[in-house]
Amino acid sequence: MITDAAPIVTRRVRQEGSHTLQGYLSTGGYEGLRAALSMAPEAVREEVDKASLLGRGGAGFPAGRKWSMLRKSPTTYLVVNGDESEPATFKDRLLIEHDPHQIIEGAVIAAYAIGARQAFVFCRGEFALGLERLQQACNDAYAYGALGPRILGSEFSLDLVVHPGAGAYICGEETALLESLEGKRGFPRIKPPYFPAAIGLYGEPTVVNNVETVSNLPWIVLHGGEAFAALGQGSSAGTRLFALSGRVERPGWYELEMSKTTFRDLVYDPSLGGGVRGGAALKAFIPGGVSAPWFGPERLDLGLDQEAVGAAGSMLGSGSVVVMDETSCAVRAAWRISRFFWRESCGQCTPCREGSGWIEKMLRRIELGAGREEDLDVLMDACDNIAPGVSWPPRQTTICVLGPSIPSSVASGIRMFRDEFLLHVKEGACPYGAAGEGGRR
Amino acid sequence: MSDPSAAGVGEKAAVQVSIDGSLVSARPGELIIEVAERAGVYIPRFCYHPHMEPVGMCRMCLVEVSGPRGFSLQPACFTRVAEGQEILTRSAPARKAQEGVLEFLLLNHPLDCPVCDKGGECPLQDQALSHGPGESRFLEEKRHWAKPIEIGPLVYLDRERCIQCARCTRFAEEVAGEAQIDFLGRGDHIEVAPFTSVPFGSYFSGNTVQICPVGALTSPAYRFKARPWDLEQVETTCTTCALGCRMVAQSSAGALVRNLGVDCVPVNQSWLCDKGRYGFEAVASPARLTTPLVRHEGELVPASWHDAIGVLADEARRARSSARGSAIGVIGGARLSNEDAYAWSKLARAVLGTDSLDAQLGDGLPAELVLGLPRATIDEACSARAVLLLAGDLREELPVLYLRLRAAARSRVALVECSPVPTSLSPLAEVLLRHRPGEVAQLVAALAPGAQAQSEAAGVGAAEIEAARALLAGAPGGEEAGEGRHSLHGAGVVVVLGRQSTAESAAAVAESAALLHEALPDARFLPALCRGNVLGALDMGLSPGVLPGRVALGEGREWYSRAWGAELPAARGLDTEGMLRAAAAGELEMLLLLGADPLQDFPDRRLAREALEGVGFLVSVGTHADASCELADLVLPVAGDAERAGTTTNVEGRVSRLAQKVVPPGRAWPAWVVAAELARRLGSDLGLDGVEGITEEISRLAPAYRGLDPVLLGSPAARDGVVVPLPPGHVPSRGPAVPRRIDPVATPGIASVEEQGAPMRAGAAEPPAGEHLDGASPAPRRFEEPAVDRPPVLSAPPPLGLPAPPRLDAYSQRLVVRRRLYEGGTLVSKSPSLAPLEPRAELSAHPAELARLGLGDGDRARVRSARGELVVPVAADEHLERGVVVLSAGSGGSASELIDASAAVNDVRLETL
Repeated sequence: MITDAAPIVTRRVRQEGSHTLQGYLSTGGYEGLRAALSMAPEAVREEVDKASLLGRGGAGFPAGRKWSMLRKSPTTYLVVNGDESEPATFKDRLLIEHDPHQIIEGAVIAAYAIGARQAFVFCRGEFALGLERLQQACNDAYAYGALGPRILGSEFSLDLVVHPGAGAYICGEETALLESLEGKRGFPRIKPPYFPAAIGLYGEPTVVNNVETVSNLPWIVLHGGEAFAALGQGSSAGTRLFALSGRVERPGWYELEMSKTTFRDLVYDPSLGGGVRGGAALKAFIPGGVSAPWFGPERLDLGLDQEAVGAAGSMLGSGSVVVMDETSCAVRAAWRISRFFWRESCGQCTPCREGSGWIEKMLRRIELGAGREEDLDVLMDACDNIAPGVSWPPRQTTICVLGPSIPSSVASGIRMFRDEFLLHVKEGACPYGAAGEGGRR
Repeated sequence: MSDPSAAGVGEKAAVQVSIDGSLVSARPGELIIEVAERAGVYIPRFCYHPHMEPVGMCRMCLVEVSGPRGFSLQPACFTRVAEGQEILTRSAPARKAQEGVLEFLLLNHPLDCPVCDKGGECPLQDQALSHGPGESRFLEEKRHWAKPIEIGPLVYLDRERCIQCARCTRFAEEVAGEAQIDFLGRGDHIEVAPFTSVPFGSYFSGNTVQICPVGALTSPAYRFKARPWDLEQVETTCTTCALGCRMVAQSSAGALVRNLGVDCVPVNQSWLCDKGRYGFEAVASPARLTTPLVRHEGELVPASWHDAIGVLADEARRARSSARGSAIGVIGGARLSNEDAYAWSKLARAVLGTDSLDAQLGDGLPAELVLGLPRATIDEACSARAVLLLAGDLREELPVLYLRLRAAARSRVALVECSPVPTSLSPLAEVLLRHRPGEVAQLVAALAPGAQAQSEAAGVGAAEIEAARALLAGAPGGEEAGEGRHSLHGAGVVVVLGRQSTAESAAAVAESAALLHEALPDARFLPALCRGNVLGALDMGLSPGVLPGRVALGEGREWYSRAWGAELPAARGLDTEGMLRAAAAGELEMLLLLGADPLQDFPDRRLAREALEGVGFLVSVGTHADASCELADLVLPVAGDAERAGTTTNVEGRVSRLAQKVVPPGRAWPAWVVAAELARRLGSDLGLDGVEGITEEISRLAPAYRGLDPVLLGSPAARDGVVVPLPPGHVPSRGPAVPRRIDPVATPGIASVEEQGAPMRAGAAEPPAGEHLDGASPAPRRFEEPAVDRPPVLSAPPPLGLPAPPRLDAYSQRLVVRRRLYEGGTLVSKSPSLAPLEPRAELSAHPAELARLGLGDGDRARVRSARGELVVPVAADEHLERGVVVLSAGSGGSASELIDASAAVNDVRLETL
C-alpha cells in the first residue's frame, strides 16, 4: 500500500538550490537544531529513542541504542558515514548532493545529544559534486553559526571536518572507516572490542551514523519521536529512502513509509517503479543491496520492513532494490556482483581475499561457457568456507562482514537457478547471449 | 605476548577451560592458542607470532569456542580464554574452516617449492600437510608478479609466494619501530613494499626473513645456498656485540650458511640484528688467516706453528728479561671466548710476568668500576621503575638491547636519557637531559636525591633535572608505597652505563657511575660495553689490576700465585692507552694484539700508529689480516666464532655456551692453545688441556664464577645461560628443565632442522643430561685449591671528584663521536652482505653553525682538531645544540684522526675547503 506519508529526508531535494544555505534556510533549515539546542541533550536522545530510528546504513541497528552504548569519556567523536559505494546503492549520494545542510544539521544534533565536540563526515571520494557541495555547506554552516564555537548562540560548540575517502568500498565498514580517518590503511578492526561506542576513533568512544540516519534527526526533533514512530510499523518506523534499479520502467529513488509499502508497490506502482521493463516477467529481485540474498517473485508482497525481510531470509540492508527480469542472466548477475566484492576485498582475511577472486574466476568461467557441472559444488563449498552454512544471517570466517556478503548472490543464483547454471555448462555459452567478458578489471 | 612462567601456572590460574575435551587451567586473558600449545594441542597459524601483538588476520587458527550463543568459529590467536569455555580445535566445523583457509592460501601461491629456500622448513608446506585439504580445486590462473625484487640491501621479496600474513610489516613497525615496509594495494593484489625513497634498510631486516612463514622473504646471504634437510646446527651465542643473543649457527657441507635467532626469553627473544645474523660471512671469508706468518726480510712469510711459536718464545724470553717493568703488553681479547681469555690472562701474568693487558681499546670503561657495580639483568632493566640511559646510541651499539628497551619503554618503563645528542631512544624517553658534552658528571651530581636544587647543570634546566630526580626517586606514596623508603636509595632504578662518545675520556662516565652508586646504592647497572665478549674478557682478568673472577690484583694475588704456581706481578700494569704510550716512547719490548686492531679501533689513531711503529716486537693473534697486521712481526691465526667451543659472558654477566659447528680454516688454532703452547716453549705448563678443563678451572678459582662448571653449563636448565655470580648457597639445578618451546611457525628454520633430526654437535641445543661440552664423559679433575682465603669480588670505587672540562672557545665546536653499527671493522668489511652497507662518515651540526660558514647539507668541510684533520660531508641537524658537532663514524674518515685520547674533551674547528 502506498501511503500518503510526507517525505522526510527528501522533502527538499526537488527544489531549486536545495543544497545552498539560502535554499535550506528558506525551507525551515536549522530549525530542528534550534529546537534541539533549546532542549537538554538527554531530551534529544529520548526523542530519538522514541522515534525507533533504525540505522540506515545497512545493518539497521537502532540509532538511539547505539548512542546509549557510549563509554563515558571526556572525548567523544561523531562520525557520519557517507562512504556509499555499493553497486545499485545511491540514496546517500542524493542527500549529499541535494541536501548537505540537512546532514550537517543532523550531525550537529547528534553531536549535541552525545556530547561530541568534534565530528567528521566521511564522504566517498568519487562523489565529486557531493564533496564540493558538502564542503561548501560546511563552510556556509560555519559562517552561519551552525558549526564552530557557540552554535546558534548556545553554549554548544562543534567542529566538523568533511573527509573524502580514497576509493575503497571497505571504508564504509565503520571500523575500517575509523582506521582510514586515523590515516591508516582501511582494514576493518578485529573484534573485540565490538563497538566503536567503546573504543572508536583514536581509541575514544565514537558514534558512527549513516548520512540518511542523521538526515532524519532535524525532522524528529521538530516533530517529535512519536510522530516518526507513528509512521511505519513496529521496529521499522518512519520513512525510508529506497534506491530502485535494474529492469524496471522507472528506476530511481523513492522515499516510502516503511513496512506498509510492499516490494510489489515499489516495483509495479505507476508512481514508483512502474513495472518491469517492457512488461516482462519478474525473475528475481535483490531486496537490500548486492550483499543480500535474492528473492523470487513470490516475495513481492513482503512489506518494506526490516524484520519481515530478515525473517524471510534476506535483509533490507541499504535499501537498494534490484530487479531482474526473464532476460537477466543469473550467472552473469552473480558473477558481476562477486567481481565487485573481489575488487573491493581489503585483503586482510584469507577467506575473503582469496575466496572472492576464486569465486569470481569460477563464475566468469561458467558465464563464458567453460564451466563444469562440479564447479557448482566447488562454488558452494568455497562460499561455505567464507560463510559456514551459507545461511542467513550469515556466519563468518572473516573479521568483517564483507566476506560473508560474497556468498549471498552466488548461493542465491545457484539455489534458485541451478538449471540456468547447468545450461551454461551444457551449452558452453551463456544462453542469454550476454556479450563477451564485459567490465574492466 | 608469551610468558615463560606460564608453564607452571601459579595461584592466579583463575580459569579452567576445556580444550578438545581436556581440562586445562590458564591465566585469565591468556590467548587460546598459547593455552592450547601448553596443553600439547597445536593449532595451525601463520600471522601469530609469540613476540608480537596478535592481529587474527590469516584466519588459519579458527577453532570452535563456546559462548553465550553456542559455538562459533574464533581465531585462537586473538581470542582470550574465559572460565568454563569449551574449545574444539579439531571438530568438523573447525577442521572445515582450517582446511578452507589453507586451500584459499594455496590458490595464488606458486607452489615452486623445489626452488624455494623455504622448501623443507616451510610452515605453509607443513601445515598444508597437517591441516590442509590435501588437494586443490583451483583451476584458474594464479596471480603473477615479477620475482624476486630487492626491497632492501639484505632482503629479497617474492610477492607470488607471499601469503599476506603481515608478520614482516608488523615486525618492522611494532618491534623495530621502523615502518619501512608496508602493504600496498588491496585484496589479493596486496604486496609488501618499501617506500620508494627509503629502502628496507633496518638493522633488523633479517628478522623478517626469519619469521616469514613462506619463502616470500629471502636473504642474499642464504639464498640458494642450502636445503634445510642438509643443514646441521648448533645452538650458540652471538659475540658480535656484548649482548649475547642466543642463536643457532647452521652449516651445510662444512660451511656456515645461516644464523637464526633463538627464543631466549631473558635476552633476545628470537630477534637478531643483521650484523650478528650475517657476520658469519666474515668467518667463512677467504680473507681469513690460515697459517702463521713471520716477518722475514721485511715480508710476512708463511711459517710452521713450531717455527712461529719458537720465534715468539725467543722474543718473549728476551722481552721478559729486559730491565723495564712492563716489557710485554697484551691488547685485546674481546673476541675471545672466556676460556681463551683465561688462558691468555694466566699466560700473561704467570709466565710473561706482566699485568699490562687490556681487552678494551680506550673505548670502554674502567674495569674495576664495571665489575664492581651491582649488575642488572636485561629483564630487570625492562621491568624497572626507571631506566637511566647514560650511554651512546644503543641501536648502533647493542641493537637488540635497543629492541628490548624500546618495547619496555612503550609499555611501562620510564626512560631518563642523559645524552649530549639525540639517540634512537630519545623519542621514547620520558625525560631528556641534553647536557653539554663531557659534563655528564656535573649533571649526575645534580640528580642525586640529596643534591642542592640548582637552576642549571651542564646545560640542563632545573625543570628537567627535577623531573628526572622525581622519576629516579619514585613518587612517594605512589604505587609502591611500601617501597617508598627504599626507592630513595634507587631500588627499581637501572642505569644503562656506556660511553656516550669516544671523543671524551671515560673519566666523566666513570665518575657519574660512582656518584650514582653512592647516591642510589640500590640502583643496578647494565654496562653498555659493546665489544664482543668484552665482559667475559674483563671477568677473566684481561684488564690491568684485575684478576679472573672480578678480583682486584691486590686482593687476589696470593690466591692466584698459589693456584697457578707462579709469582704474579705485584704492580698494576698499563691499560691500552698506557701501553700504546709506552710503545710509542720506545719503552715496550713486545706487544701482543689479541684480535685487536688499534689502528682501526683505538680512538686516537696517531698514538696507535706511533705505538705500533715504536714497539720492539709486534705480534698479532687473530682471525683476519687487518691494518695492524701489516706492521706485525709475527701473525698467528686463530679460530673464530662457531669454530671453537667455550663460554661467553654478556653485559648482564650471563654466561652461556659457545658451540663449534665448523672447523677453523687452514692451520688456525684455538687461541687458548696458542697461549698454552707458548707457555710450554717458555718452559712453563699452564696446566690447560682442553676447553672443558679451563671452564672447570675457572669455576673453581675465579670467585665470581664459582660453581659454574661444565656440568651446570651443559644442563638444559642453563640453556639460556647462567648469570654470575651464582647466589651464595646456590645449588644449581642440573636436572632436565622444561625444554625450550620451539614454535615451528615462529622460527621455522630452527624447528625444521631439529625435527629432521640433524645431528647435534658439540654445544648442541639439547645434549643428554650430564654430557660435557666436548661430548666426553664427566671426568672431575683433581684440583688443589689454594690454602688461602678466597679473595672477595670487586666493589665499585668511590667518586673521585672530577673537574669540569675546559670551556669551549668561541671558534670551536665540541666533538661527539657517534658509533654506527656498520662502521668499518673486520666483521663488516669481510662480510659480502654487510660490507656495502658501511655508511659514509659524516659530520652533523646545528644548521646555524653550518650557515655561519656558508655550508649546506652534503657539502664537504674540513674538521680540524689539535690532533689532526679530516675532510667529511656535513649534515644539518636542528636537534643538536649549537656548539656541538657529531661525527658519525664510517668510511672516508675516522674520528680517531681527530681525537687526543688523553684529553677530557676534544674540540674541533670547522672550515670550508
